[in-house]
Amino acid sequence: MLTALIVIPILGAIVVYSMPRANAANVRVVALAAALIDLALAVIVRASFQPVADLQLVERADWVPALGIQYFLGVDGISLWMVLLTAFLTPLAIGASWPWMEEHAKEYGALLLLLEAGVIGAFAAADVVLFFVFWEVMLIPMYLLIGVLGGARRVYAAFKFFIYTAVGSLLMLVGIITLYVNAASTGRATFAIGDLVRTPLSGGVATLVFLAFALAFAIKVPIFPLHTWLPDAYTQAPITTLVLATMLVKVGAYGFVRFCLPLFPATMQANADWISVLAVIGIIYGALCAIAQRDLVRMLAYSSISHLGFIVLGIFALNTQGVMGGLYQMVSHGLTAGMLFVIASMLLRRTGTLDIPSLGGLASRYPLITAYFLLAMFAAAGVPGLSGFVGELLTMMGAFQPHRSYVVVAACGVVLGAIYLFWMFQRVMHGRPRTDVVAQPYDLTRREAWVLTPLAIAIVVIGVQPDVLLGRIESSVSASLGQARLVQARPVEPNSTMLVAGVAVP
Amino acid sequence: MTTTLTLALLCPLLGFLYCVLVGWRLPHRYSGIVASAAVGLSFVFAVLVLVGLLGVPAEQRFQDIALAPWIDAGTFHAPLGFWVDPLSTLMLCVVSGVGFLIHVYATAYMTDHHGHLDPGYNRFFAFMSLFVLAMLVLVLADNFALLMVGWGGVGVCSYFLIAFWFEKPENASAGVKAFVTNAIGDVGLFLALFLIFWTFGRVDYDGVFKAVQAGTGSGSTTWIALLLLVAAAAKSAQIPLHVWLPDAMAGPTPVSALIHAATMVTAGVYLIARAHVIYEHAPAAMAVVAAIGTITAIFAASIALVQQNLKRVIAYSTLSQLGYMFAGVGVGAFSAGIFHLFTHAFFKALLFLGAGIVIHELAGEEDMRVMGGLRRRMPLAWALFGIGALANVGFPLTAGFFSKDEIVSAAFSSPNSSAALGVVLMITTGLTGFYTFRAVFLTFHGEPAPEQAKLIDPHSHGPSRAMVIPVAVLAVFALLVGFGYAGVDGFLEPVFARWGGHDVPGQGPLAPIALVTALIGIVGIGIAWLYYLRDRTLPERTARALAPIHTLLRNAYYVDDLYAAALVGGGRVLSLGLSGTDNLVVDGAVNGVAGTVRWLGVELSRVQSGFVRNYALAILAGVIIIVGYMSRAGA
Repeated sequence: MLTALIVIPILGAIVVYSMPRANAANVRVVALAAALIDLALAVIVRASFQPVADLQLVERADWVPALGIQYFLGVDGISLWMVLLTAFLTPLAIGASWPWMEEHAKEYGALLLLLEAGVIGAFAAADVVLFFVFWEVMLIPMYLLIGVLGGARRVYAAFKFFIYTAVGSLLMLVGIITLYVNAASTGRATFAIGDLVRTPLSGGVATLVFLAFALAFAIKVPIFPLHTWLPDAYTQAPITTLVLATMLVKVGAYGFVRFCLPLFPATMQANADWISVLAVIGIIYGALCAIAQRDLVRMLAYSSISHLGFIVLGIFALNTQGVMGGLYQMVSHGLTAGMLFVIASMLLRRTGTLDIPSLGGLASRYPLITAYFLLAMFAAAGVPGLSGFVGELLTMMGAFQPHRSYVVVAACGVVLGAIYLFWMFQRVMHGRPRTDVVAQPYDLTRREAWVLTPLAIAIVVIGVQPDVLLGRIESSVSASLGQARLVQARPVEPNSTMLVAGVAVP
Repeated sequence: MTTTLTLALLCPLLGFLYCVLVGWRLPHRYSGIVASAAVGLSFVFAVLVLVGLLGVPAEQRFQDIALAPWIDAGTFHAPLGFWVDPLSTLMLCVVSGVGFLIHVYATAYMTDHHGHLDPGYNRFFAFMSLFVLAMLVLVLADNFALLMVGWGGVGVCSYFLIAFWFEKPENASAGVKAFVTNAIGDVGLFLALFLIFWTFGRVDYDGVFKAVQAGTGSGSTTWIALLLLVAAAAKSAQIPLHVWLPDAMAGPTPVSALIHAATMVTAGVYLIARAHVIYEHAPAAMAVVAAIGTITAIFAASIALVQQNLKRVIAYSTLSQLGYMFAGVGVGAFSAGIFHLFTHAFFKALLFLGAGIVIHELAGEEDMRVMGGLRRRMPLAWALFGIGALANVGFPLTAGFFSKDEIVSAAFSSPNSSAALGVVLMITTGLTGFYTFRAVFLTFHGEPAPEQAKLIDPHSHGPSRAMVIPVAVLAVFALLVGFGYAGVDGFLEPVFARWGGHDVPGQGPLAPIALVTALIGIVGIGIAWLYYLRDRTLPERTARALAPIHTLLRNAYYVDDLYAAALVGGGRVLSLGLSGTDNLVVDGAVNGVAGTVRWLGVELSRVQSGFVRNYALAILAGVIIIVGYMSRAGA
């Protein structure tokens, strides 16, 4: 099942790539069909998923037996929604790219599908080497999307993106090998995460290997100050592909939960403090930078940095609320950021510019787009009843326990978020219609409605009933934290007046 | 009970969904009708809930109705649950009842004299319905997390409706200002919620309050109370977070009446009364509440003395009255504070809607300098507005008399208070008398301003019935509800006695303090009469004699300018500076590394293909080689 989920987009990409260039219309249809089939499969995966902690739908075969490398796939509560979200966003990204695909249908189609395959593979991999392979695989289509289809400074942005991630990859590779050697020295030569957990590293080596992994993931997320590739990459990449590209960065955050947490619990605990500080800096710093941006997409990129900071803050709370909140926020951010990027692309198509001060008064022209834009903005700003709120609530609630003062600062990021989002909306949509901007007169098209409506519904549904997500996540997170012996904090007993720092490594 | 409550909540939701999903495709007229009917039905169910509550003995009037799970994460449980008790039921009835009247009024207000609907008619009613829903969630939630949903929801609706006529830039700015100021309050509520959870291990009202009563977490209660106060002060526009409310008058007048007078802005008072147990265990925080309320009361009243815009006068009056409510709950007179909230909802909505009749007639003009003499043209509006004005001052036997004077007398008698608070509140009543009747006289008395004739549409037939009837109903309430003070007090009493609480009673409407306060208000009215009817040169002469004070008040003590300079200016410099830094320093440092790598890359270009994508394959090959080497070494 999971193999099919990965193979179908690859096959789709091959078909798309081998089709004649002249036939752009058919290319688009084939790409979309492949993505939709994959989505249908992902829905079946979700339907057959049981809300227990174990890895499910496991597919396991020897790959390089001599080294103990396995082709080992599976999903649990931590990866389920990531896989589903990726499959959900891909057809939407293709749908959003539709008008841009008039020209580069093959590139868009093939690269987006390859990206999907890589990301799903990374989320489903239960073997470290397999994960690494997918990690690299997803890098290539993203690099090409920026470098081939990107804007004026695409070469610079693509190169920067590549250098950053390559550095991360190399470090992770060293980490993986060390893990393997350690495991092999105890006679269990393996790369499967479940087995590596049983041969923990100790002392200084553990710290070094943790840092190698952490750096790779931190670049991907990205955590301040490793974030500078992101604004460039996002502004240069075709906007509509960013819908899927937001999943790329989630692999980084996911890596912390999937690998660092079970493999280096004590080290993660020991380093949680300063990483949380960086997360908080990222929240505030990203928000402040977002306020200053003129370019809408660049503003959204900095806003992503700010929102991703909440995810890291939650994960490094190392308690159930924080980690669950982090995973929830990953889904929420994928939906809201995706929706905002789609809307940005629609505005660009109509006005030819993304320069915030040059826009204005678009709400009078496009009432329907405005309605969707409002919803996406509210969700991103963490308005209750929509998805962003639950993510912010749980991540900060989790982090409040070990890092109370950090949360006080992070919460100010919520105010800053309101400022940059609402101020942007005011300048772009409100005011009198500008006469100097040539704006196409048509409001939401049917195709655009088909792209935005599923996102809007998802944002509302998981916002109103977060249990849809959380119910499937909880047992895996609890088990993972329990296995790492980071016990769920117990609230204070009656008559005790102090807050206990419940996270403890016995 | 569960069914009626669910229906009371469901009605405004359906009204909202109708407007959003269907209403915009059909004639917009229907949206107004559907939304009004929905809120009206909600009021019917609210009354049924009230009747149900009255049918059981006082100690059984507490019900926790859990409809569905909502957020569950580890030990954190926040259900979609509702807490029905006298306090929340009273709020439920006020919100849906006043909400219904204002919805009906708005169907006419959002239509011009030729019967043309406002272009945004449908989205107006969509957000009005959503507002009612959010407000009901706010007052009915049974836990602090769900409270946040209502809390944030009303904020969003408020933003949207303030910026409703968004083509005018100042309206759009006022909406953003309101939202951002309220976001500061939301941070307070977030942090309070976290502290509550990690102190008590739960967030449901009943459980938390019981734990507080038992003395758990006594080290945290003051902090929790202060954090809740931040939220309450932002929502209820108390100093220093008051700046958004005067600007919020940019919204259509029914919005000002419903959201920025009768309901949403009183949420802060409700929150403090709701969490009264926490406050009673945090006397320092209570003192802060009382002080902030008292200062806001006199501060806002003094600004209202010199405003020229009719709606702004009423807005500052709302600030001032909210200050009274804060002072009330701050000195421990919870039921007096809530009773003032209750009467204020009627008479302040009445004032706004009465002003709305005038503004609608004058094609949206709000400046009192172009009004004057309107009593002859619209005697009914004059009479209705006048009733609201009397109640606002606390004229004997009007609703405001009973409720406001309870707060003033409690401020004198409460052990948590000092006489100074009471004296300030008394003086404020005098100011209230002056500014309220200054507005009455400037608007309805004297001679019509010359510009007025141009504004009045010759086709106008005066206000329609849909506008007048709701206002008349409110006027009746503003005259009569005060007499129910003993009944409301008694109804609320079990709430404030529960969880070991203690409510400070007022001294009753016949106490000397109450009568003196009423008299001071009447003196204020008399001075206004002297200034604006008797000798019209007096205002000018006084303004000249007290020029510095006059300028200070005109500019609302320059608080806005101060914030603009400090926060907005400073923030912009900071963010621009940071974003420059991001490009130069952070990115520069990393680019330095990248540059080195690129230099290396150039140097090594003989051994590489030049296509960066091949790096990935190279890495893959590298993995295999290294792994192979390691495994052999291991073996």
